[in-house]
Amino acid sequence: MIGWSNHTGKAVAFDRENVDTDQLIPARFMSTPRADGYGKFLLHDVRFDSDGSPYGDIALNNHLDASILVSGKNFGSGSSREAAVYALIDFGIRVVVAPSFGDIFASNAVNNSLLPARVSATDAAFLLSVSSDGAEGISVDLDHMTISTKDRVMNFDLDPVWRKKLLNGWDDIDLTLNHQDEVAAYREQLLDNQKWRFPVATG
Amino acid sequence: MMAATNLLDKLWDIHEIHRRQDGASLLWVDRHLVHEGSHHAFAKLADKGLVVAEPNLTFGVADHYAPTRGTPQSPAIARMIRTLEENTSKHGIECFGLDDPRQGIVHVIGPEQGLTLPGLLINCGDSHTSTHGAFGALAFGIGATEVAHVLSTQTIWQRKPKAMRLSVTGKFGLGVGAKDLALHWISKLGADGARGHAIEYVGEAVRALSMEGRMTLCNLSIEGGARFGLIAPDNKTFEYLKGRTYAPTDSHWEQALEYWATLSTDPDAQFEREVAIDASDVTPIVTWGTSPDEALPVSGRVPDPDELGAYESKGLQATLDYMGLTPGRPLDQIEVDQVFIGSCTNARIEDLREAAAVLSGRKARVPGMVAPGSMMIKAQAEAEGLDRVFIEAGLDWVNAGCSMCVAMNGDMVAPGKRCASTTNRNFQGRQGPGARTHLMSPAMVAAAAVTGRLTDVRPLLMGRNAA
Ligand code: SF4
Repeated sequence: MIGWSNHTGKAVAFDRENVDTDQLIPARFMSTPRADGYGKFLLHDVRFDSDGSPYGDIALNNHLDASILVSGKNFGSGSSREAAVYALIDFGIRVVVAPSFGDIFASNAVNNSLLPARVSATDAAFLLSVSSDGAEGISVDLDHMTISTKDRVMNFDLDPVWRKKLLNGWDDIDLTLNHQDEVAAYREQLLDNQKWRFPVATG
Repeated sequence: MMAATNLLDKLWDIHEIHRRQDGASLLWVDRHLVHEGSHHAFAKLADKGLVVAEPNLTFGVADHYAPTRGTPQSPAIARMIRTLEENTSKHGIECFGLDDPRQGIVHVIGPEQGLTLPGLLINCGDSHTSTHGAFGALAFGIGATEVAHVLSTQTIWQRKPKAMRLSVTGKFGLGVGAKDLALHWISKLGADGARGHAIEYVGEAVRALSMEGRMTLCNLSIEGGARFGLIAPDNKTFEYLKGRTYAPTDSHWEQALEYWATLSTDPDAQFEREVAIDASDVTPIVTWGTSPDEALPVSGRVPDPDELGAYESKGLQATLDYMGLTPGRPLDQIEVDQVFIGSCTNARIEDLREAAAVLSGRKARVPGMVAPGSMMIKAQAEAEGLDRVFIEAGLDWVNAGCSMCVAMNGDMVAPGKRCASTTNRNFQGRQGPGARTHLMSPAMVAAAAVTGRLTDVRPLLMGRNAA
């Protein structure tokens, strides 16, 4: 993972609430290897009709170069499928802005350098309206936790742990290896005191 | 004197190996369950040249893509199952594959095999891992990057959630249970109503639930936005677990029991949030929309966009269009095309008994499928003769797996078709592109099968021995 602190790009609105992970990537695409690219699956059944033709009234279809997605509350609710994040990333999205996010989605996003930026309902409504047909030059600043359009600067919320991870591009596995001794000691202590925690098959 | 702590605090403390200054905790993982969807995580491991830290604490099962009849429906599906079997065998992980009599849905077999125990931390790359919290375990779903982390370190970084207590006083009426309760509170609080919280379910009505009912309740925590659901263990929990294949025995069982008895919230402990519900206010409930909080008592009517503000009405109209519903229509006049009884929410033996109690001696007016939660449940149901009830009613009795809950194995609801389902998500396209899903309890699905429309099950239970 590579750290980042600033991003400027085109924002586009997807003005719905509860955009769940089954919409973000329908289950039938999930047996595809990641190397094939997941961008084409993003919001597939919302973006395309049953013959595979794109719907013209979905702004995302007209702004394939967007890197900031603005949406309604509870974005990414539902399943733990990280493929929902892969679909966004492979499409080119770096930041999703919404009033709230599904917890597992948000954590998956951060693990892939995608910023889930939480804004107030008022700011979300403003951003949805300015980006309803795409908006160039939207800046996201992770250092100052702001989103700027040409005439307004807004704050966003993010768990401080996640902010640090995004800024530093931390990989959790590397971090954990720094605690190897503590983990080993914890395990020893479990074996001494709570052996029942380790499963043994009977019968 | 020690400060009073709640169940979440106790479980968190015992698993915490390290806490960073920023508040992130490094937690020990007692059980890690993997399934076909874990292939991304195994690929990450291979990329980094890492090995599985604790293969003996890791268990695999084929469920999401498991065929419910015969062989996998496509080469891609077969490949998903084969990849799981290859990955687990390569890393020395026990896997309950398709030919294993212990195979079933991951959140059903964990408890069934005694892998799920009070006081454990359980992770799985699946959001309904909250199910295992019914045993007083700290159980939560994780994504693929986190799965790779658990595989390689047997630990997980996590910020402690806020504690929320949901108290359910009073008693449920006839034909009302855990599924109705879950959809009831989610419809009141919203699909993100408990976001950022771990919910501890307490109160007389929760205590009265069987372990199956408690699992249903905890399972659905995530549909209200909570990654964790918790119920303090009691004698019912211990009786359920005693003698299960992987449950501790002899002195280890005694040692465990002693510890498990400490797993409850202290009387004066604080919660960041309190919600109270009276069980007698809960009635048979169904979803009408495409989010689990879009649920109403079956006696209700489809909501009307005209009664809402501009923004909400736009969203509501889109939902009604997708669902093919008109405002104001009584819910119990909505005809269904098919039914599905299955999933980690409602495919345990008690669920099957409840559905059979309604279906016994009756015919289904619409086709449908009953997919037991595990092959062991399938065998038990057959020993009890429940399979005969379903088959004689005209429903298909198939093998265990996630099946039509997520439509990954090829079992799907066709576009535009309407399904009464015991599953957990009515999302657009969840049961197949264009599928229309109504969530409800197993008894309510059975009632819908009998009448061919959404139906209050209670009159159908009159004079019967409901489970
Ligand atoms: S039954 Fe459905 S919710 Fe449960 S694990 Fe399978 S796909 Fe997930």
